[in-house]
Order: sequence, then C-alpha cells, then structure tokens
Amino acid sequence: MPDNNKPVLDETDRRIVEATQAGLPVTARPYHVIAEQLELDPELVMQRIRQLLESGIIRRIGVVPNHYKLGYRANGMTVWDVPDDKIIELGNKIGSLNFVSHCYHRPRHLPDWPYNLFAMVHAHTKEKTNQYIDVIKDILGDSNRQHTVLYSTRILKKTGMRIGNTQ
Amino acid sequence: MSQQDTDYKTFEYDSYTELEQQLLNDFQHEFPLSSQPFFDIARKLGVEPELVIETFENLKSSGAISRVGPVFKPNSIGSSILAALKVPHDQLKETAQMVNSYPEINHNYEREHQFNLWFVVTAENEQKLDFVLDDIEKKSECPLLRLPLLDAYHIDLGFNLK
Repeated sequence: MPDNNKPVLDETDRRIVEATQAGLPVTARPYHVIAEQLELDPELVMQRIRQLLESGIIRRIGVVPNHYKLGYRANGMTVWDVPDDKIIELGNKIGSLNFVSHCYHRPRHLPDWPYNLFAMVHAHTKEKTNQYIDVIKDILGDSNRQHTVLYSTRILKKTGMRIGNTQ
Repeated sequence: MSQQDTDYKTFEYDSYTELEQQLLNDFQHEFPLSSQPFFDIARKLGVEPELVIETFENLKSSGAISRVGPVFKPNSIGSSILAALKVPHDQLKETAQMVNSYPEINHNYEREHQFNLWFVVTAENEQKLDFVLDDIEKKSECPLLRLPLLDAYHIDLGFNLK
C-alpha cells in the first residue's frame, strides 16, 4: 500500500499512542495517569490526543464493547464482487448500514479470491445475519456479481494492537 | 459446526442494568477528553462518579468491554494487513499455533471457507509485514492471500447494541 500520505507523528505523539492503545486506566483522572507514566504535562497529553482526533488518526475515543460477549455470536464476514468503478458509491451505502461495523475495499486475488468489498455483519443468530445479507443484496442489485459469507468458527487469538518499542 | 469457542459465558445486552447498558452503548464515541471523564459521564447520567467507575471496572473484568480509550485509524500508526491461509484440515491446529507465535499477529480466526485461517498482522512498517507474511507462507506451505486495506467506507462511531 502507498506510504506517501502517512501522517507525521512526533516522538511525544508516538509515546502517547503506545501508552493508550491498550485502553485508558479506569480511574478518576485517566489522562493524568498516562501523563505521569510518560512524565508529561496532563494538559499537553490531552491537547495531543485532541489533535490526533482532529486529524483523524484517532477515529474515536470511547468504550469498545466485546460484541461476542454481549451475545453477538453470528458474526459474518460478507464478501462481494462488485465493479471497481462503482465500489466507492456502493461501499458508502453498505458502510452506513447500522448492522455493518466495518466496510472495506480490498484487492481481489484471481482466481482464488474474486471479492473486493468486505462488510462485517453482526447479529445474534445466523438467521438474522442472513436477513441482513439480503438487505445488502438488494442494495447492490446487479452490481453483485458473486458473494459469500465467512462465519468465524473459532477465535484463535485476539489481542489489542501493539506497535510499541519501535526503536 | 459453527459452534463458537465459548470459553466464557455470554449475556444478552438486555440482561444488563440500565446504567450498564448506558455505559456499554452510549459512550462508544465522544468519551470525554477532560480531566475527570468518568465524573463528567456520571454528571450526565445523574449518578455518583464512584458508581460509574465501579461499573466500568466490572464490565471490563467480566469481558463485556474490551477497553475504554482511543480507537486508531488503521495504518496511521504502523501498518497492518489482513491475510488468509488455505490450510488442510489436519494441519489447522499446528498452523494456527505457528501463526499465533508471532507477536505481530493480533487477530486470528478460523472461518468456514477453503481459506480457513484469517489473521491480522500489525507491524512498524510494510517491510516488516512482508517479512512476517513471507515467513508464514514458507513455513505453512499453504496458499496465502494478502488483503491490504485499500479504502474504508464505514463511519466508525462504534456499534449500536440496542
């Protein structure tokens, strides 16, 4: 993937990212705790996080629920083969559906892998997931040349992102 | 076949208390960036700050919440890639273990498809990603799909649990 529009983070930003990527401490003054760990001023830490948020490097600050634990057990990775020249328009439509948590364009690998649009669909049951897939099918119409759903059968590893110790 | 790996109990969202539901669902974005964010949440909900902190702690330790904090845009810090392997059934266990042994792997799922092992590799840069994937490809002797993110279409505001 092209690297040319990577944001430039300075050393302070990187340290803040490393210190917060596994979550904030659940305590009265979480940003102060981070600041103390990094020996930085709490106001500076909050200001940098605000800048990262404004520049889009941080997409959101918030609670990250564990869907699986909350009963969402039929999590299907739906994959679709749609014309490349329509993918932005279609991707935006699918990505805005409230049962789709992630919607991405990824490359095909022919002949093994003809799909270029990925949408993660979450529901409690496969029956419900199938209803949601029908909604996507209707939206895509003739642009859907083929599709499939990959259910996860086992979580073999799941940890937070870890970028630490880059030096 | 699709029996999920249930190491722990799951609870329906509806079985949580009103406060728990509010904390689980309503603060997936716009968590306060302030000196005392849990205090601000408590004030908004009209409850004691101690209760908010205690409830968050319980939701975290029970696994209902993975974490509270910033969610980063993919590939803005370091690089990540989705990859999939087509593994013969009788080799799945050892191949999964081999893949999991890399610290760069943070998600690994078995999925129902001929490409049955799906994982995310995260590293400081793309060279390191390629190095890890080349290594996994060689060791597994299985066909590997490299599926980097080309574009994202969802607005990440979390996921409505209601």
